[in-house]
Amino acid sequence: MIKIQREDFDIGAELTALTEGRHGIGGLASFVGLVRDVIGTGAGTRTVGAMTLEHYPGMTEKMLAKIEAEARQRWALEACLIIHRFGRLEPGDRIVLVATASAHRQAALEACAFLIDWLKTKAPFWKLEETAAGAQWVAARASDDQAAARWVAE
Amino acid sequence: MKVLYFAWLRSKTGVAEETLVPPPGVTTVAGLIDHLRARGGGYEDALKDLSCVRVAVNQEFAELDQKVRAGDEIALFPPVTGG
Repeated sequence: MIKIQREDFDIGAELTALTEGRHGIGGLASFVGLVRDVIGTGAGTRTVGAMTLEHYPGMTEKMLAKIEAEARQRWALEACLIIHRFGRLEPGDRIVLVATASAHRQAALEACAFLIDWLKTKAPFWKLEETAAGAQWVAARASDDQAAARWVAE
Repeated sequence: MKVLYFAWLRSKTGVAEETLVPPPGVTTVAGLIDHLRARGGGYEDALKDLSCVRVAVNQEFAELDQKVRAGDEIALFPPVTGG
């Protein structure tokens, strides 16, 4: 299931709803992405007051549905949920929830890691940070590409 | 043809979305980008380094040599940074 929304989400309520009545589930894995207040290292360190997440309505839903379908093809999932927020968010705010459920933990844990890695490189979202130096668009990280690439090599 | 711009490509071009009829010689994404770049100003600036520009045609990631035609929705944006 895919949800793209401006509103916050309740992790407990979402996970409960995802597994409710599905008694074939033995393992539920989840990842929650949050807005950090300090980004970068060394001289590049900056404090973030807030960030605005922009996305491409239409393509976002399409890409996330594809990524979910890919995960379901690779792992025997009983349930799968991706919630991604957009709009202005402040440090501590939740950005994304990925939850995967399977009969056993390994499929759930691997599929969860796969989904967040792929989402970071394939879903059309962009972050605009508000810092003391002004607003700036976040640059893509090579480490995210590498994280996504490990799922292709296997 | 509809062309959409996201993130800093929108800031630089000053346009989020436009409908245009490209000249007959424009048949690929690369051709469309050349056409837009030739407008100069913010377009030239936004499209000067294609290593940091990604393209989608009809909401699917596309390469520069992909064909484009009337009615297509072309989106130009930086590498994604969600999650």
